[in-house]
Amino acid sequence: MLKFIIPLILFIVLAVFLAMGLKLNPRDIPSPFIDKPAPTFSAPKLNTPTEKLSTQDLKGQVWLFNVWASWCVSCREEHPILNQLAKQKAVVIVGLNYKDEPADAKKWLDTLGNPYNVSIMDQDGRIGINFGVYGVPETFVIDKKGVIRDKYTGPVTIELWQQTILPLITKLQAESA
Amino acid sequence: MKSLILIFLLLLSPLANAVDAYQFSNPEQEATYNTLVSELRCLVCQNQTIGDSNAELAADLRRQVHEMLQQGKSKDEILQFMTERYGDFVLYNPPFKAKTGLLWLGPVTFLIIGVVTVLLFVRRKKTIVPVNTEGDVEKLAAVRRLLTDKNSEN
Repeated sequence: MLKFIIPLILFIVLAVFLAMGLKLNPRDIPSPFIDKPAPTFSAPKLNTPTEKLSTQDLKGQVWLFNVWASWCVSCREEHPILNQLAKQKAVVIVGLNYKDEPADAKKWLDTLGNPYNVSIMDQDGRIGINFGVYGVPETFVIDKKGVIRDKYTGPVTIELWQQTILPLITKLQAESA
Repeated sequence: MKSLILIFLLLLSPLANAVDAYQFSNPEQEATYNTLVSELRCLVCQNQTIGDSNAELAADLRRQVHEMLQQGKSKDEILQFMTERYGDFVLYNPPFKAKTGLLWLGPVTFLIIGVVTVLLFVRRKKTIVPVNTEGDVEKLAAVRRLLTDKNSEN
């Protein structure tokens, strides 16, 4: 009897591990940034390159930091959702135009709509490295004190927004600065 | 001939690493650079080091490593910089801690389980070998006789 039970248990254990492996997303790397202060930056704005936006300017409000690029396929998928969020005006959305050509980026916003309160340029990807960006799109939720409270890799979906991001934002907006 | 050339060219493919024309202040710095790029994982193409990969992010990270070396940063400082941003995942040689415990101990545990299983199995097999019965003894004697007869014929 034992002869059958032991291999059966081993098989079940192995199957459970493999099944868990199937569900995991290898691209979903836990961010070491959660609950850490967001890296500081001061970068030219996409639409008015002579002006700069720095992290200091955003203190005191909850904001989404969305990394996007005109060459990024998943960003196109995400874009209509961001447009919807922008209409709701629930939160300030700052775009990081990552490793992109300004002309292409502007054209993209002109044709697809601009959900961002402001976008900043990161042509050589340095701000991206500071934020540990490895897959565009990525979205950071940053609180009034400038601390990263959550991070999502891949396109923001309606479910993600409604079930996770919006409740978090509402909670953070209630916190004192 | 054509296929030979093709084979030769294929053999060269492991040499096709990403190449940047970076200048180094001294040979030690270059050596540190080479160790670092072979210890850091490219996060876009997860099974390559940033030294092997042609992904844009890998190139940016190599530039970062090179710049930090030029600024006089040590190997540990650069590794720390990367881990702060990308987590332990970026290291091909992650430190041993609670979170990475399974990663380090898993293979050893499986090896021990394997060895123990094999030992138990072998032991059991030995005890199962049947004790010689009368019949076997007779057969063995017959075989021995046959063998000796054959030998003496030669």
